[in-house]
Amino acid sequence: MADLTTNFAGGIHCPNPFWLASAPPTNCGEQIMRAFDAGWGGAVWKTIGEPITNVSSRYSSIDWNAQRMMGLNNIELISDRPIEVNLREIAEVKRRYPKHAVIASLMVESKRETWHEMVKRAEGAGADGLELNFGCPHGMSERGMGSAVGQVPEYAQMITEWVKEAARTPVLVKLTPNISDIRIVARAAKRAKADGISAINTINSITGIDLDTFEPRPNVDGKSSHGGYCGPAVKPIALNMVQQVNSDFIDGPPIPMSGIGGIANWRDAAEFILMGCGTVQVCTAAMHYGYRIVEDMIDGLSNWMDEKGFATIEDFRGKSLTRITDWKHLNLNYKIVAQIDEALCIGCQLCHIACWDGAHQCIHLDRVTGPGGAKGPVDGHVEVHAKPHEAGRERIVVTPIPKLDPPRVHVGPYATSLERIPRVDETECVGCNLCSLVCPVDKCITMVERPTGLAPQTWAERTQAVECAPPE
Amino acid sequence: MLELRALKRLSEPGASPSYGGRLQDSTQFETHAEVAARFPDLHPAFDARAAVVEANRCLNCFDAPCMGACPTHIDVPRFIQKIASGNVTGSAQTILDANVLGASCSRVCPVEVLCEGSCVMHGKHERPIEIGRLQRYAMETFYAAGGTLRLRQRPERPQRVACIGAGPASLACAAELRQQGFQVTVMDKRPLPGGLNTYGVAEYKLRTADSLREAEMVRGLGAEFQVRDVNPESLAEIEREFDAIFLGVGLGAMHRLRIDGGASDAKTDAKTGGMIDALEFIAGYKTGARLTVARRVVVVGAGNTAIDAACAARRLGAEEVTILYRRQRENISAFDFEYEHAVAEGISFLWGTLPVAFTAQGDAITLTCVAMAQDATGAHSPVAGSEFTMECDVVIPAIGQSPLLELLSHAQGVAIEHGRVVIDRATGQTTNPRYFAGGDCVNGGREVVDAVADGKRAALGIAAALSRRVEANVG
Repeated sequence: MADLTTNFAGGIHCPNPFWLASAPPTNCGEQIMRAFDAGWGGAVWKTIGEPITNVSSRYSSIDWNAQRMMGLNNIELISDRPIEVNLREIAEVKRRYPKHAVIASLMVESKRETWHEMVKRAEGAGADGLELNFGCPHGMSERGMGSAVGQVPEYAQMITEWVKEAARTPVLVKLTPNISDIRIVARAAKRAKADGISAINTINSITGIDLDTFEPRPNVDGKSSHGGYCGPAVKPIALNMVQQVNSDFIDGPPIPMSGIGGIANWRDAAEFILMGCGTVQVCTAAMHYGYRIVEDMIDGLSNWMDEKGFATIEDFRGKSLTRITDWKHLNLNYKIVAQIDEALCIGCQLCHIACWDGAHQCIHLDRVTGPGGAKGPVDGHVEVHAKPHEAGRERIVVTPIPKLDPPRVHVGPYATSLERIPRVDETECVGCNLCSLVCPVDKCITMVERPTGLAPQTWAERTQAVECAPPE
Repeated sequence: MLELRALKRLSEPGASPSYGGRLQDSTQFETHAEVAARFPDLHPAFDARAAVVEANRCLNCFDAPCMGACPTHIDVPRFIQKIASGNVTGSAQTILDANVLGASCSRVCPVEVLCEGSCVMHGKHERPIEIGRLQRYAMETFYAAGGTLRLRQRPERPQRVACIGAGPASLACAAELRQQGFQVTVMDKRPLPGGLNTYGVAEYKLRTADSLREAEMVRGLGAEFQVRDVNPESLAEIEREFDAIFLGVGLGAMHRLRIDGGASDAKTDAKTGGMIDALEFIAGYKTGARLTVARRVVVVGAGNTAIDAACAARRLGAEEVTILYRRQRENISAFDFEYEHAVAEGISFLWGTLPVAFTAQGDAITLTCVAMAQDATGAHSPVAGSEFTMECDVVIPAIGQSPLLELLSHAQGVAIEHGRVVIDRATGQTTNPRYFAGGDCVNGGREVVDAVADGKRAALGIAAALSRRVEANVG
């Protein structure tokens, strides 16, 4: 059984790396204690600051192909509860759950004394660490807080330095993705001697507009405001930003990272850890299905680690970071082509039309099926580079009646008749993957290597070899 | 409730009203709520969200096999994607562009052997997309919102075409001809249009009102409907009046059960017992004329109509319904899903059983039967000494329909082979170039969707032929 215990950012101990992110699921002590009972290793308290007044409604979402909440958008602000109530509950939670991590997320006005006081009060209540909310993109940023700080590296550095003056527990800086290069603020955090980084916060978004009322969502009395986007849709964006920060050595080596952004299950978590994260934070999935989702996150990650022979999180943390490089360092002489397993093909022909319209016109529908002659069934192409052709419209067909009509004769060696199985022209295939991505059958289209016989060569090497500059 | 007004001929003001019959005949069934409640939809309709979920399962195949398998070649992936995108109006129009009876086909098509049977999902051992139910969702949502057929932008053309019979083949032919601008008259001897869709489909599959609505849509395109019994004299008249004639006459009366005491016995009311053929039995309850049935019913034959009749008898109150079939389970012409439906409805089957004599005594009938055995060549023959009798109150023969040979013989030069009108498959043209044909009178009795495909192909054939004739005259 894999050991999931985690020691993060030099002093935050927890039974596993799964934390609830600072958000509605961590609004109060009663919730967080239930979450710990369900198995969560830590929780970042809903951001504490001077209480605000919220609006209703607050959320809107993107459904995709009839699945709910592929992406979630919120315009809720920080905690609307008095600071002393939040702190009293932190103390209560830590008294009852001493082995779980409780991180206090903080956001106050940009005054040194105010930050000092807030830090001391949070630590006095028993918080295991502090997370500085420099990321909240809506509402608070209009008041000079949240992402208004996170978008200006000098502010972020200054406030982090104030916090470090007073803090005794690890200090995490939470970054906003709403900036041209997330590394710039990560460097500011490093310069201010932050103990770790949390990334990413939510992304500025407008999820949609009601086509009957013309009101954007979420609707607050006929109007809306941009919100913060999260959920499965943002995972690839978050994973990229986490990789960027974790591979950046300017202003010092990377510091511990708590990964956030669309993490919904153990697979997502494993990917963020492979990208160097020491803990991961979850919000949308818990808002969708409840705290219970952590059970499979723990179970799935443990089973996968056992299968792969990883005893601890540290055994695989950051393992894929070195696999990400600049494009110019990719091998230009590596060639793969698509291969269709005729025995698995169901004849949907999505690979054909995707290749034809969206790629390089090398998957053809030009096979013919027939009883053939002495050599057996016909299997060959009759017309190379045939235009996409919808034959189904042209045939005269009737409803088969069991007693009157002979059963359809199946020709060919595969379950799908040959005329429906597309053919790859390997000489034209560029190995783009698109067909294998659209194919609805597992393992039906695989990309197989075709050795070029050439030594590996990157663009950087090639341009150096011919001593010419790459095009602009 | 849908209202069909008595129609006047559009081109000849003052002519006699076309519809002699009244819709109230058909609505009587639906006004008997207690009986109608026993004929709920066989397949429940999708609600909006379930339809979108199911639509999203569709892979959107290129050159989709479902479209190829549909006799009318409805662009299935396209209409399904439109449901997924929330464009139900476009979805319904996509269906109607290919098949003007898209609503009734969505309910009566044997999708298991057509579109859904060819779905690629079978190839990966998953449930096929529920194309029939999705089509029904699109059509019913469209009609519920007041949708109607769109008439193409085209000039009116003076040539007149008669569509004989008002069943699915003629309706499809008339709709396409109107879309091309031709003047169309649909004529049928029965008071209501729709043919077997109105009079012969089990109520739990298709309601009469739904069939009539589709006919009304075709009328809305400008087709004229007449109640007119076509006989040798009127056929000659029609030949003079019209430039082309489409025969969508279907089949004639059902075969009589030629057994001792059977053929000679006049049809009597099923309420009190006797013998009544399956189509008349079905039309009887659908028009509200026959809302009860006696306790013990025997249906002879094992086709789809036999099963419709047997299931209806159960729902109308029969306690014991038995289907007699002279051959074995594997020989039946009913689709497998129809057979399974009948079994689920509590209908018993007696295989290898041939009725040979019918004796009525008061309300009770004694049916004498023999067992049939199959020999090495596969032929079935009676087993000597195997006679037995069974008691029942009604016998419903469902052993196929006869062709309308008498009527068809008056269409000069129209060749008939094996009781079927001979046509060129691509154009629907018969051996008399002015006559076209489609539907059951051509194929011997298949599905609604086959009739619709035939009717539309014939309309295109007629349009091409009439255009050629105009060009020839001009030239």
